Amino acid sequence: MKKVFERPASLRAVPTHYCSGCGHSIVHRLVCEVIDELGIREDVIAVCPVGCAVIAYEYWDFDCSEAPHGRTPCVATGIKRVHPDKVVFSYQGDGDLAAIGTAEIIHTANRGENITVFFINNGVYGMTNGQMAPTTLIGQKTSTSIHGRDITRDGYPMKMSELLSQLPGAKYIERVSVDNPANVLKTRAAIKKALKCQMEGKGFSLVEILSPCPTYWGLSPKDACRRIEDEMSKAFPLGVIKDA
Amino acid sequence: MAKILMCGNEVIGEAAVHAGCTFYAGYPITPQNELTHYMSFRMQEAGGTFIQAESELAAINLVLGASAAGARAMTSSSSPGISLKQEGISYMAACQLPAVIVNMMRGGPGLGNIAPSQADYFQATRGGGHGDYRTMVLAPSTVEEAWNLTQLAFDLADEYRNPVMILGDGILGQMMEPVEVVRRHLNGRNAVSSHKPWALTGCKGRKPNVVRSLFLGEGELEELNRIMQMKYNKIKSKEPRFESLYTEDSDLVVVAYGTTSRIVRSAISKARHEHLHVGMFRPVTLWPFPEAQLQKLARKSKAFLVVEMSAGQMLDDVKLSILGQRPIHFHGRAGGGVPTEEAIIEAIKDILKPKSRKRVYA
Repeated sequence: MKKVFERPASLRAVPTHYCSGCGHSIVHRLVCEVIDELGIREDVIAVCPVGCAVIAYEYWDFDCSEAPHGRTPCVATGIKRVHPDKVVFSYQGDGDLAAIGTAEIIHTANRGENITVFFINNGVYGMTNGQMAPTTLIGQKTSTSIHGRDITRDGYPMKMSELLSQLPGAKYIERVSVDNPANVLKTRAAIKKALKCQMEGKGFSLVEILSPCPTYWGLSPKDACRRIEDEMSKAFPLGVIKDA
Repeated sequence: MAKILMCGNEVIGEAAVHAGCTFYAGYPITPQNELTHYMSFRMQEAGGTFIQAESELAAINLVLGASAAGARAMTSSSSPGISLKQEGISYMAACQLPAVIVNMMRGGPGLGNIAPSQADYFQATRGGGHGDYRTMVLAPSTVEEAWNLTQLAFDLADEYRNPVMILGDGILGQMMEPVEVVRRHLNGRNAVSSHKPWALTGCKGRKPNVVRSLFLGEGELEELNRIMQMKYNKIKSKEPRFESLYTEDSDLVVVAYGTTSRIVRSAISKARHEHLHVGMFRPVTLWPFPEAQLQKLARKSKAFLVVEMSAGQMLDDVKLSILGQRPIHFHGRAGGGVPTEEAIIEAIKDILKPKSRKRVYA
């Protein structure tokens, strides 16, 4: 009998700590599927962020480092410059990449560092009780915007992928989502394309993944996925933003 | 081999290259810029990596990544920039990652000025960032000593898997002195430290390595701290370094380090011409502080005088070493002021000949 579905070899057989309906589990798995497909498990070095995904190394069966909040691309750069033959990626949330680490991600992209970034955009700080993030939608209620994000007080949702795409050092940037099976497959393809971009020595690649956080959106997992389609992907349009 | 003229900042760069440093990241700040300039071309020549980072935060974390990957890595800055680096230094201590961090101190607090200072002693020797950790701190007083101590710093960092700081000031960094630049032979220490089974190199043929400082499990972080404290105790017993001058027959011992010790050295030489029994104790490692070695001097010397370019920071460590057995006097200048030879001689006379003088140091 032919086996049509199994756990990727790069993904450890351990129970998840993520909340029900959280997008991290899906993306963790997709990253592992692609690493297996490319046959690079022993050549990968990942950098895990401060945030819910800090213990990604509990799931990933390859070399990993933590990084201080927002400095994730710096740690990845340091590793990649020492081991240019390895495949190095950082995995970052929106607080990490779009707030505390804004300078680091911009300059890493601008230097054209040959690393890959997986940017999980769920519009909230999940680990610290759902505060407003730079990517929180206008009007969205969070623990630090209880009446909804107000542009006169809080400014606008930041489109980091569009911003980074202006930099010549950035070679491939795509925004995808994991809200339905078709989009999950597109996310898988984007992860593969980004890692191949690095393996071919082209330069900086980033995949932004719109990801549900049912817990801090106050929605069921199903409704959280629906919100990505109805609201989030309107503010953050899906598709290839740069492919140089 | 002939000696050549080099400034302290450049010598530290060359010493790092000779010690096998292959990664340097820095950000401009006076008075350490010569080191960043030097590394910008020297790393390239040596086949290493130079990155001019977007901030001190970025620089220290680039070094964290390079160190996690197994390279000998260095960054440098001056006081305000070192404050920014403290986040990364705390993480590296917790992750047990080696690195060499150079601080060419300037006047503070705040933006301060660019005059020489020793006011970052507390920050350097007490950990500097958050959590229970220490960095080893080496304080060269000459350009030649900077050459030796920088290489030692890389060995110590690897041996103990802990960040090591070179603590100098604007004078040491920018002053040129003759120095014999020689490639140091690999010794036993290098051989041991070049083996880094914990480094991130890709998990071929082994279980994956993880570099981490987050420990949420019950008792896990306490256990890490226990291991770190054991390491620090070993460092405290094995690694104190110091120089003593005329201390065998001194009624008064002047304690000073780095640039200040040079002024003290010359003040003492003059004072001894006037038959004053005065000597000098110069800590070379500020952490571990050579506590026991200084303690011994309290048996025969009558008093101590601490001279610093600060409002009195190493003074605390001298007090902790002497434990009230002898009077401890202080002469210091803060905010970029440099103690003069004359003022130090005055202070020595005030202590040794108080009856014949009007002014008495308390």
